Amino acid sequence: MEKLKTGKIIKVSGPLVVAKGMEGAKMYEVVRVGREHLVGEVIRLEGDSASIQVYEETSGVAPGEPVERTGNTLSVELGPGLLQSIYDGIQRPLSAIEAKVGPFITRGVEVPGLDHDKKWDYKAVASKGQAVEAGDVLGTVQETTLIEHKIMVPAGISKATVEEVNSGSMTIDEVVAVLKDEDGEKHKVTMVQKWPIRIPRPIKKKNIPSIPLVSGGRSIDTFFTLTKGGAAAIPGPFGAGKTVTQQTLAKYCDAQIIVYIGCGERGNEMTEVLVEFPHLEDPNTGEPLMKRTILIANTSNMPVAAREASVYTGITIAEYYRDMGYDVALMADSTSRWAEAMREMSGRLEEMPGEEGYPAYLASRIAAFYERAGYVDCLGAEDRKGSLTVIGAVSPPGGDFSEPVTQNTLRVVKVFWGLDSKLAYSRHYPAINWLTSYSLYQDNVEGYMRREVAEDQPEYRNLAMDLLQQEAKLEELVRLVGADSLSGKEQLILMVSKMLREDYLYQNSFDAKDARTPLKKQYQMLKTILTVYKAAQELVENEEFDMEALKNLDAVKEIPKVKDLDEDEQFEDLQNRLQSGITSLA
Amino acid sequence: MQKEYKTVRDIVGPLAFVELPNDEPVSYEELVEIRTDDGKVRLGKVLESQEGLAVVQLFESPQGAATLNAKAKFLGETFQFGVSEDLLGRTFSGRGVPIDGGPDIIPEKKIDINGAPMNPASREMPDDFIQTGISTIDALNTLVRGQKLPIFSGSGLPHNKLAAQIARQATVISADGEGGGNFAIVFAAMGVPFEEAQYFIEEFKRTGAIENSVLFINTADNPVVERIATPRLALTTAEYLAFEKGMHVLVIYTDVTNYCEALREISAARKEVPGRAGFPGYMYTDLSTLYERAGRLRGKKGTVTQIPVMTMPNDDITHPIIDLTGYITEGQIVLGRDLHKKGLYPPVSVLPSLSRLMGNGQGEGKTREDHKGVIAQLFAAYAYGLEMRELAVILGESSLSDIDRKYLKFADKFEEIYVSQGETDRMVSDSLDHGWKLLSIFPRSELKRIKDELIDKYLPVDEAVKS
Repeated sequence: MEKLKTGKIIKVSGPLVVAKGMEGAKMYEVVRVGREHLVGEVIRLEGDSASIQVYEETSGVAPGEPVERTGNTLSVELGPGLLQSIYDGIQRPLSAIEAKVGPFITRGVEVPGLDHDKKWDYKAVASKGQAVEAGDVLGTVQETTLIEHKIMVPAGISKATVEEVNSGSMTIDEVVAVLKDEDGEKHKVTMVQKWPIRIPRPIKKKNIPSIPLVSGGRSIDTFFTLTKGGAAAIPGPFGAGKTVTQQTLAKYCDAQIIVYIGCGERGNEMTEVLVEFPHLEDPNTGEPLMKRTILIANTSNMPVAAREASVYTGITIAEYYRDMGYDVALMADSTSRWAEAMREMSGRLEEMPGEEGYPAYLASRIAAFYERAGYVDCLGAEDRKGSLTVIGAVSPPGGDFSEPVTQNTLRVVKVFWGLDSKLAYSRHYPAINWLTSYSLYQDNVEGYMRREVAEDQPEYRNLAMDLLQQEAKLEELVRLVGADSLSGKEQLILMVSKMLREDYLYQNSFDAKDARTPLKKQYQMLKTILTVYKAAQELVENEEFDMEALKNLDAVKEIPKVKDLDEDEQFEDLQNRLQSGITSLA
Repeated sequence: MQKEYKTVRDIVGPLAFVELPNDEPVSYEELVEIRTDDGKVRLGKVLESQEGLAVVQLFESPQGAATLNAKAKFLGETFQFGVSEDLLGRTFSGRGVPIDGGPDIIPEKKIDINGAPMNPASREMPDDFIQTGISTIDALNTLVRGQKLPIFSGSGLPHNKLAAQIARQATVISADGEGGGNFAIVFAAMGVPFEEAQYFIEEFKRTGAIENSVLFINTADNPVVERIATPRLALTTAEYLAFEKGMHVLVIYTDVTNYCEALREISAARKEVPGRAGFPGYMYTDLSTLYERAGRLRGKKGTVTQIPVMTMPNDDITHPIIDLTGYITEGQIVLGRDLHKKGLYPPVSVLPSLSRLMGNGQGEGKTREDHKGVIAQLFAAYAYGLEMRELAVILGESSLSDIDRKYLKFADKFEEIYVSQGETDRMVSDSLDHGWKLLSIFPRSELKRIKDELIDKYLPVDEAVKS
C-alpha cells in the first residue's frame, strides 16, 4: 500500500488546527495531530492545506509538528461487547482510559472501542453453500443475558455464497465465515465491522411508524404519544426536568436497546446513570437495566470537537442494533450542546454565521440527524423489522423556544414535549406543558390504541384534552371575577381538570411503581376520572345542583387513590359507584 | 531553550501580535513574557499560533506598553502553578503571586492550571451532607460534598455576607464522625471592589478560618484578563488539596459575571463571531471547565465542592451568564430582592432555588428520617400560601376561607422565622424542628405529604406558634 503523505501544522487555534502538505486527504478523514498523536478529523480542504478539528486538548501543540493521515474516515467498531459500555464521544471506553491513565483524562490515549481479547461463544446459523446477501444473519452471540447479538453479512456484499463457517469460542477478530461473491472474490467475515459515523447504515425500506413506544409515563403515552421509529424533542429551561424525563424514558420505555448520549452535560449525571442502572431492574425482563444500555459520555468539559462527534457515534451504534431487528431508543441530552459545538468549530473556521452565530448548515444537520430515526425493514433476505426512536433534549437559552436549535428541531420531529419552568417551580412533574405539547403520531397510533387498549381510548383521550384546554381559558376568567360567578358546568370542568392534573398527569418519577403505568391502567384511570364528568355534565345544568355535595361524595373522594388501583374490577367498581352516587344527587 | 523576539507588531486591547521566524513556531497556550520600554514585564499566553505569527493574550493591562523595542520571551511551558501544603493560610494575587508579605512558596510540584477533565467513569456520586448552618440551604436545598451550587444574586444584595457566612459555618457531618479537621476553603475574588475583597479577608481572619484557607484576590482595579486565570488557580489548588492531600475543599468564587465579561473582552479583541449578548459562543464550554472541576473520585478521600457567586444583571435569571451556569451546575440558590427589601436575611427565594443532588444527602443516616417529608410539606404549603397572598391582593383577604388564611399566615411566618434566620448557625435538626413548629399551625389533616408515624413522632404537642 502506498504510504500516505504526512502534513505539517501551520496554525493552532483551540480545537482547530490547520496543516499544509495534505494533498490527497479526504473530507472527514481521521488524522493524528502533532507529536502526541492527538485524534483529529479533516473538516475543510483548501488547496494542499486542511483544517482539522481535534478531539483532544491542543495546548502545547505547535506549528511545524507533523500531521499523519490514516486514510480512514471517522468510524466506530461494531460487534459484541458494545452493551454495558461507557464511551467518550469517539468510542473510547472510559473505563479503559481510567485503567490506563487514572481518573483524569489526559491526551493521546489510544484504546480500541471493543475488547479484542475477549472470547465470545459464536454459533453459526448460516450453513456452507448457502446463498446470502448483505444483512443476512451468519451467526449469533449471546452478548448479555438479554440480547442475542447477530453477526450479519456486511453491507456492500450484494450476493455471495457461504464457503466456510466456524463456530465456538472466538475473539472478535477471528474469522467466523468466508463468503465468495459473484465476481469470485472471497470475503473473510469477523464479528467486528467498522462503519463511518456520519453515514447512515443502509436499510431495505422505511415504514410509517404506528406502534407506540410505551414509556409508562401517563402524560407522554396518553396525550403525546411517541412511536417506535419516531422522533421527539424535549425542550425546556434548566431545572424543568429534561434529564429526569430522559432518564425515566431510558429506564422504563419498552425498547430492547437503549443508547444514552450525555452530550456536553454534567459529569455527575452520567455517574448517576452508571451507579443506578446496574441495580435497576428492566421492568420488561427483570434483568439489570445496564444489560440493554450503552452510554456515550462526553461531558461539558471534555473536548468540544468530540462532543460534535458523540451524537453520530451514538446513532451509528443504535442503527447497528436496529439492523439486527431490535427496537432501539436513543436519548441525546442535550442536542443544544451539540449545536453549540458546531457553532464553535464554525466560528473558528471563520465561516459566515447564520442566526445567533450558528452555522448556516445547522438546520440541515439537525434534520439529517433526526431522519436517521425510523421504523424499517432491515437489510437481508429475511423479513426483519427494526426501529430506531430518537429523543433529543434541547436546552434553549433562557427557556426561549424561539431560538434556532429549538425551531429547527421542531421542524423535523413529530413529537414535542415542552417543559415549563412554572410547572417545575410548583413541583408538578413531569413538567410537560399540556397546552403547548403535541404529537403528530396520534392518528397513526389510533388503530393500535383501539385494538390493544380499548375501543374508546381515543375518545377519552380527546375529551380529557378538551377539558384541560377549557380549564386554561376558565382560569383566566376566575382570576378576574372569582370562582363563585361561574356556571355549574364551568365549575365541573374546573373540578375534573384539577383531578386530571393532580391525579393523572402528576407522576412521581422516583417512585418505581407510579413512574410506570401500563397502557391499560392509564386508560382505566382516565376513564374513572372522566366518569365524574360524564355522569355529572347534565345534572349541573340544573341551577339547583349542589356542587359541594358532588365534591363530598365518598366515591369522588377516592379519586386521588386511583393510581393505587390495579385490577380492572377495582376500576369498574369505582366507576359504577361514581355513576350511581352522582345520579343519586339529581 | 527560551526564545526572545523583538517583533511585537500590534497591541490591540489585551492582545499582542508577535511576528516569528517561520521555522521557530511556538506552542498553543505557551506562556510569554513581554518586556517593554517602560521596564515592565507582562505575562501572557499564546491564544493562536501560526507559522510566522503568535497571538498573545496579556494577563496585565497594556497601558504604557509600546511595540517599539518590546521583547517577547516564550517560556516553553503552559501556565503552571506551584502547589504545596504551605499554600494554606496564604493570600495571592489573581495571578498566583503572594500578596500577604509572606515568603514565596516552595512548590512540591507544578500543575497546569487548566487541569484535565475528570473521567465520568471514575467519578463517585456525591452524597455526603455538608451543613452550612442555613435552613434554606441545609433543609430545603441540601448541599453535598462534590456538588457545584451557585448563588444567583443581584447588585446590592447581601451575597457576600451569605458566602462568608457559609465559609465560616460549613462543616461536614457524617456518620463515621470524620470531618472538621481536614476541611479547607479556597476563595477567589474576580474583579470585585477592594472593600468586598477586604471584607472576605477580614472575615476569614476574624473567625480564624484563614488558617485553613487559600485566597486569590483580583480586585476591580487589577488587570481584567488576569481574571481568566484566577478561578483556575483556585481550582488547581483545590484539586491538589482534595485529591492528593485528602481534604474536603469548599471553593467559593465571586463574581463570575466579571469573569465572563473578561472573556467577552478578549473575544471582542479577537474579532470573533459573538453569541448571545456579545458573549463568545464557547462561553458554555469555558464555564464548564470551571464548574465541572467539582466532584468526588472513586478511591480518593478528598472532595471539591463549589459555590460560585454571580450577580444577575438587572436581576434577569435568563441572562446568558446565569442561564449557561444553570445548565451546568447542580441547582442554584437564588436571592430575592423582595425578601431583601422586607429586611429579611438571608433573602433566599425558596421556590426558584433548587439543589439537584439534595436527595442524596437527606434522610436517615445523613440528616434525619423526617427530612424529605417535612420539606415537601413546607414547599407545598409555602407555594400555596404565596398563591393565597396574590389572591388576597386582588380579592381581599376576607374573601379567603379560614384554611386559606392559615396558609397566608404560614407564608408570612415562614419568611420571617424560617428564611430570615440572621447570622445564626442552625444545626440541621434545628432547621427541621423549626419547620415542624411552623407546620403545627395547620390542622393535622392538611399534612398530606408526611407519613403518619413521623407526624406522631415529630409534630410539637404545644400547638400554636407564638404570634
